[in-house]
Amino acid sequence: MSETRIKTCVTVNGQSVEREIPARQHLVDFLREDLGLTGSHLGCEHGVCGACQVMVDGQVVRGCLTLAAQTDGRRVDTVEGLSDNGELAALQQAFLEHNAFQCGYCSSGMLLTALHIVRNHPQADRDEIRDLISGNYCRCTGYHAIVDAIETVLRGAGSALAQAKHNGGSR
Amino acid sequence: MNAPNLTPAVAEDNRVAKPADTAATTRYIGQSVPRSGARKLLQGRGAYLDDIRVPRLGHVVFVRSPHAHARIVSLNLDAARKQPGIIAAVDGRALAEYCTPWIGVLGHLKGIKSAEQHAIAIDRACWQGEAVAAIVAETRRQAEDALDHVQVEWDVLPAVTDMRASLAGEQVIHPQLGDNICFHRELVTEGFDEAFASADLVLEKTYDFARHTGVTNEPRAILADYNPAEHSITVYHATQAPNMMQDIFSRHLGIPESSVRVVCKDVGGSFGIKVHVYADEMATAALSVMLRRPVKFIADRMESFLTDIHAREHTAKVRIACTKDGDILGFDLDDLTGIGPYSVYPRTSGIEGNQVVNLTGGPYKHKQYRANLDVVFTNKNVTCQYRAVGHPIAVALTEGIVDEAARALKMDPAEFRRRNLIADDAYPYTFPSGLKFEKLSHHQCLDKLLAAMDYDGLRAEQAQLREKGIHRGIGLAAMIEVTNPSPAFYGVGGARISAQDGATIRLDPAGMINVLVSVTEQGQGTEAVFTQIAATAVGVGVDKVRVVTGDTAITPYGGGTWASRGAGIGGEAVLQAGKALKSNILDIAAAILSQDKATLDVRNDQIVDRATGEHKMPLSELGRVAYFRPDTLPMNFQSELTVTRHYTPREYGFTFTNGIQASLVEVDLDTGFVKLLKHWCVEDCGTVINPMLVDEQIRGGIVQGIGAALFEECVYDESGQLQNGTMADYLVPMSAEMPDIEVGHVETPTRTSELGAKGAGEAGTAGAPAAIMNAINDALAPFGANVAAQPFTPQRILRALGKV
Amino acid sequence: MKAPNFDYVRAGSVQQAIDELVARGDSAQILAGGQSLMAMLNLRLSAPSCLIDIAGVPGLREIEQVGKTVRIGAMVTHAQLQQSALIADQVPLLAQTVPHVAHLAIRNSGTIGGSLALADPAAEYPAVAVALQANILLQGPRGARSVAADAFFEGFYRTARQPDEILVGVEFPIAPAGRRVHFDELSRRRGDYAMVGLAAALDFDGARITAARLAYLAAGERPVLARQAMAALVGTSADDKAIQAAQQALDADLDPPGDLQADPATKKHLARVLLGRCIQQLRQAT
Repeated sequence: MSETRIKTCVTVNGQSVEREIPARQHLVDFLREDLGLTGSHLGCEHGVCGACQVMVDGQVVRGCLTLAAQTDGRRVDTVEGLSDNGELAALQQAFLEHNAFQCGYCSSGMLLTALHIVRNHPQADRDEIRDLISGNYCRCTGYHAIVDAIETVLRGAGSALAQAKHNGGSR
Repeated sequence: MNAPNLTPAVAEDNRVAKPADTAATTRYIGQSVPRSGARKLLQGRGAYLDDIRVPRLGHVVFVRSPHAHARIVSLNLDAARKQPGIIAAVDGRALAEYCTPWIGVLGHLKGIKSAEQHAIAIDRACWQGEAVAAIVAETRRQAEDALDHVQVEWDVLPAVTDMRASLAGEQVIHPQLGDNICFHRELVTEGFDEAFASADLVLEKTYDFARHTGVTNEPRAILADYNPAEHSITVYHATQAPNMMQDIFSRHLGIPESSVRVVCKDVGGSFGIKVHVYADEMATAALSVMLRRPVKFIADRMESFLTDIHAREHTAKVRIACTKDGDILGFDLDDLTGIGPYSVYPRTSGIEGNQVVNLTGGPYKHKQYRANLDVVFTNKNVTCQYRAVGHPIAVALTEGIVDEAARALKMDPAEFRRRNLIADDAYPYTFPSGLKFEKLSHHQCLDKLLAAMDYDGLRAEQAQLREKGIHRGIGLAAMIEVTNPSPAFYGVGGARISAQDGATIRLDPAGMINVLVSVTEQGQGTEAVFTQIAATAVGVGVDKVRVVTGDTAITPYGGGTWASRGAGIGGEAVLQAGKALKSNILDIAAAILSQDKATLDVRNDQIVDRATGEHKMPLSELGRVAYFRPDTLPMNFQSELTVTRHYTPREYGFTFTNGIQASLVEVDLDTGFVKLLKHWCVEDCGTVINPMLVDEQIRGGIVQGIGAALFEECVYDESGQLQNGTMADYLVPMSAEMPDIEVGHVETPTRTSELGAKGAGEAGTAGAPAAIMNAINDALAPFGANVAAQPFTPQRILRALGKV
Repeated sequence: MKAPNFDYVRAGSVQQAIDELVARGDSAQILAGGQSLMAMLNLRLSAPSCLIDIAGVPGLREIEQVGKTVRIGAMVTHAQLQQSALIADQVPLLAQTVPHVAHLAIRNSGTIGGSLALADPAAEYPAVAVALQANILLQGPRGARSVAADAFFEGFYRTARQPDEILVGVEFPIAPAGRRVHFDELSRRRGDYAMVGLAAALDFDGARITAARLAYLAAGERPVLARQAMAALVGTSADDKAIQAAQQALDADLDPPGDLQADPATKKHLARVLLGRCIQQLRQAT
């Protein structure tokens, strides 16, 4: 059977993209290979590790379990876009200050989950934070520093926010 | 140079990094400076190997044996070759023209033997997942599609999967070797038999360790780009040891060493997994030569579980002999470990068992030791060094039997250890297995740990809670850790693996410092540590330093990252290079200012008066003059603003560190589930350059060790089929089950270097399984129940309790 | 791993989806949230000839009260269930269950319809559907029909749904007065497949249990209704003696296969423990 292709129109990081793509291509491969957005990573391709996470219509999803074709007419935000528009600035600063990352491979996915927590669970305590990030595999940090970083942002700790305001957004 | 200081345990202000304060100080040793150079990783703007784009790139997938042991009767790639997008389909015989085979043995492991291994297997597959053919296509998905069209006929052979059966040798995997024993080692001290025969107490226990693996988030990755015009190859490789790989590609592909360039991009975790030679990676490089175009291989997660090195499959019987007062007289070890069908190249699969023999009994005073080690081949995936190598085994069986002895003698386990730990002033000390310790701090660490965790308070609370039917356990694990290895590890055995490293440091015209270092980065913060050392040595702010690692065409020749050597060895090279550069800078400053060099210093990016601190000129001005206006300098003066220094540890074979961990658990006696309430570690890794980075290395290492203790196991059935090769079935630690981890430090610098830094990367993993095991058994002790087979699953705990 | 090739159709209506299923035959599959299907395709465990994407089909994303039931459309995601006040009020057992389903990102995409149609023995919703006597709503070329949960789950990834039918929704009866519910499962890590799980609904008249439904997951090829254990509880006040009797009766109800995490004896033991804890919890509740 020859490769099935399907036209897909999707807004990626605010820009409209229209392509004819293999139907079987998952969203992360589309972002990485077709659009050069390599910030989302592949760790397992069966939906367990979370390295592939992106936002679709504002919700965190597993990019490897989402066909690019399924994003037709929808909005996709990646770690690059959310960095450029400053949405991740406070978290990125906190991650830096707490060394809540080492190799960085899980970080894009982890930051998106963290953003979801900041937006939807601002009162989360450490146990709840651990629960909410339990779908993101990190092999390097052992998670403690990640919980610290997210907690810092949730509690609005002064230095982290102040620094973020100074550094937030790239333009 | 900082004097050793006792860092308070987990001071809040010590933990969170503050931005570097360049106005106030340029001494960064001991400061938790954030890794500004890694900021890109938080924006998804790193560059991992799979992010590279190269024209005419072919993607390779491998036809992998579905059988643990089988002869290839016929292999037909014709139909596969005709599939859309296919560039080539190649078998082992064809590829052997481009890549010579290897044998994973070294001279210093006496008697070690293994069989020849090819980049792609020829005639016979020896483990499920071994590659028997390669398909190269324009896209990965086309290559995978073509796999369905490969026709292979197999003659399935009996598989050797049980270690004991392998040792017994009824079925020999490589008949030419005579038996399945890869490596055997024995040692016994004089007086051993008598000591054990006359001891008041001799206890024996068998500990089992399930094989498990690294599960790096970024899978193994390699992109080889052969240039036929030059007979040269550039290999982008997620490896810890680029110079080692440069040598190996050169010798096995027949390309001159200086025409082989190995480049490391950002690496998404390694932990030892990516320091070994993999047949499929060699095949990828050879395919690039054969096809005269770039070829990339990224292991997918299934392939990772089948073919990334596994580790730590042991069954170890240990005995301890003590006096009735609780003095340890000696240890006796019988260790059997099952590796794959080949000893992995070039570091050998004998090292892990060898380390277990070397390190058992590690922290304790005792004179008597006997050990017997058998490393045997099986038809399961290959195994080799993985973070902490043999330490987790040695520490678990030592700390396990020590707890048994304490229990038998009705002594508190902390007091039993205090009685037997080598005294802090007993150094240098030679160990029964022959290892030499420069200086350790077991007692300081023990004191600090017990205070940090409020040991007495926890014991009291444990007793109270037991009355209420809540069963907590406290487990201790003292350990020693090999770091900063000399050639004693590999070089003496004939391996072309460098135990030295180098740093080239340069002042650029605008005043920036550029440092090229031969140690590599996989996320542990190597580059940040070197930034701090270089800034301190030269006298500039950390924001003025750029570090480059991982390119054999550019960085000095060195060993790379393994055995926790980066900070201690690479760091010393950076320090010496930095100091030398500073001296050269002051030579130029003296010439420019017509002042005595001894009256000047470099501080905060400035040339200053050493006595008064008065600013004389910024480094950027010195750079301008040296590079663009040397005509203004004295006639015979030549500026030298690039300096290289190398360093190798000489006095000791290994620089040992020591530490002690504690685990507090709560065991649900009805379900067998273990809740990890808290974990502590007090670690002495010598001079701490960045406390935050060290703490995070230890935490990450501890969680990896917890994984081995509670969750991780590569499950094979008797026919050698891997049962759990996905992330859903192989259980890695996730956040909800992990405890908070408190880390404290003692600093006993090594005197073998000016920096005084020892290694810290593996200690967490070394001690955590022992601490967890001891905590569980402490909780189960009132019921006479005990677990000794890792991982300690709910089922195993329920069985120990007799509930199932 | 990359998925094998397949045809792909975006269905605009239930009828169109049915027509495609009929035209393409058995190896066409419905794509709902894709959280299970895409994993299987990426692992090359499955190779359907065609995926029929029903994300664009209107009318499948509602949660609404219809008489004495709550009707949930097949495309309602786990996250939507978690956020629904109607579910929290009227189908509390389902609300209790959702946090146990996988992880955040999966819950944003995965659907109740997909989960019920797949019928993974370790899935949560099939057991909840059996415990609460839900009705599964199907549509196909032969019309619409409703199948009781007890009859719907037939075996290992096997349901009463015919290959040319689509699961369009599920109806849960609204909890009567006096109903107490509890869901719990034991898994190695948060979000993992359960080693064993229990969806329990007990109807109380004062202190007395008048009806009991205990549905186990991960204890057999499909949800297992523990009838003997249920019988041992009915008419009692859930005192310790009744709990023990129910736990003993479980032996006859459950014959779980072993898996990587637990052998049959361990699973049975854990099932007993879960039962005890569940009933103790419920006799406290009001």
